Amino acid sequence: MRRREARSVVARESVGPYTLLRLDRGGIDPGAPGQFFMLEAPGRLLPRPMSLCLAPPGELAFLIDPVGPGTRALCALEPGERIHVFGPLGNGFRLEVERPLLVGGGIGVAPLPYLSAALGGPPAALGFRTAHHAEAAVLVPNAQVVIEPGLVTELVDPACSVLACGPEPMLEAVRALAPGAQLAWEAPMACGHGSCYGCVVEVEGQLERLCVVGPVLAAA
Amino acid sequence: MKLLNASGCLDALTAPEIAQQLDVFVTKTVTPLPREGNPPVRIAETEAGMLNSIGLANPGIDRFLAETLPRLAALEKPLWVSVGGFDAAQYAASCARLDGRPEVEALELNLSCPNVEEAAEGAAEIVAACRAATSKPLWAKLSPALPQVPEVARAVAAAGADGLSLVNTIRGLALDPGTLRPVLGTAVGGYSGPALKPIALAAVYACAQAVDLPIVGMGGVMTGEDALDLLAVGATHVALGTVLFRDPFAPARVRAELTAAAAERGFEVPADSPPAAPTLNPASRV
Repeated sequence: MRRREARSVVARESVGPYTLLRLDRGGIDPGAPGQFFMLEAPGRLLPRPMSLCLAPPGELAFLIDPVGPGTRALCALEPGERIHVFGPLGNGFRLEVERPLLVGGGIGVAPLPYLSAALGGPPAALGFRTAHHAEAAVLVPNAQVVIEPGLVTELVDPACSVLACGPEPMLEAVRALAPGAQLAWEAPMACGHGSCYGCVVEVEGQLERLCVVGPVLAAA
Repeated sequence: MKLLNASGCLDALTAPEIAQQLDVFVTKTVTPLPREGNPPVRIAETEAGMLNSIGLANPGIDRFLAETLPRLAALEKPLWVSVGGFDAAQYAASCARLDGRPEVEALELNLSCPNVEEAAEGAAEIVAACRAATSKPLWAKLSPALPQVPEVARAVAAAGADGLSLVNTIRGLALDPGTLRPVLGTAVGGYSGPALKPIALAAVYACAQAVDLPIVGMGGVMTGEDALDLLAVGATHVALGTVLFRDPFAPARVRAELTAAAAERGFEVPADSPPAAPTLNPASRV
């Protein structure tokens, strides 16, 4: 059941170029791996969609890449400051899978630690732009890491059940290798509750709201 | 005073908990034929608002009547349907089909799409055609970008509109700071959010003096004080748009803030009044 509450920042930790923002959970349900939350971005009009990274007892943790004004404001939050959190939203990963393999690229590793915990620490293949970005691999147990120019698809065994999150070219490459994969997509999103029609993506030839049909979609 | 959503800013089927906080739910604009809408990117945040380029995505009137309307009726909220089209006959045809549906309380005519916003005659012609097609209350939603909004208001009033909805978005453009290319797939989109409020106040203020019709005021309402400002310049009702993206519990919050803000100033917000009552000065002294 989704809720909206003002929650306090418990801690802020640097993970390579990213920030792990840990919030006090309050009455918010952490939801299923791959679901997301709208986080109030201080000083900005619109909240930002973030998938849950970790759900330690009493906390919700989000891995954030400071790429724009909203994410920078989130990464600058100090312990004790409060932001509104709305969620969980959307549809997460289907967990009844055999031989799972988690695949992540860049900030797309964000939902994988929580997913890994739910699946009992399956193998993971992670790709990053630089060694600095690859420091985020510490969050995902049992992970093999490649750094550009290497590609994460080199590590994908198509016989596995692939659960992936990452940039679009990576997801398209995974889709080609593993048509049975579950892919977590990203889109600009104003509301997260199906109202703004901003986050549409093409699904089977139709534009669909990612927050309603996703963000996790079957590859084929 | 009724609290509504601005058309296109709320899907009551995916966010029923928001719709339940409102007095009236207004649908996304329905056009005669289905429209997939514009290609992404469709939204962009700016310093004082946001741009959208959705492009009237909707299932078309046939599927709306067969599939969407029964599901909306199950919410048991007063329901206004926003009607769009590309000429007067299209609007009127949709109004005629909605006329016999008891689930629908009123129709809002979206007269603010680029094809119809140029001339007062165009808006009035559409209202007159719809008036002949339905006995349901007709609310004419006007663009604040018109050079003479009050003249259009007079024209649609004379053509049989029962109320005005003011305002729709205005055109804007945002650039990606890195590439200096437009963010939106269509380059230009509709600008909404806090920056729209003074524009909405000006339009409501001018139209409230020009015509004797109730007005749904909207544009940049984030707080109860914003809603009070719209009532103070002549709005009868208030609608919430962009704020619903930021805060799904805005209707309950704005309502409480409005009551408190009015009381602080020695005004009372009138309880709901009949839709056609000419309440141009709703914030009366206690």
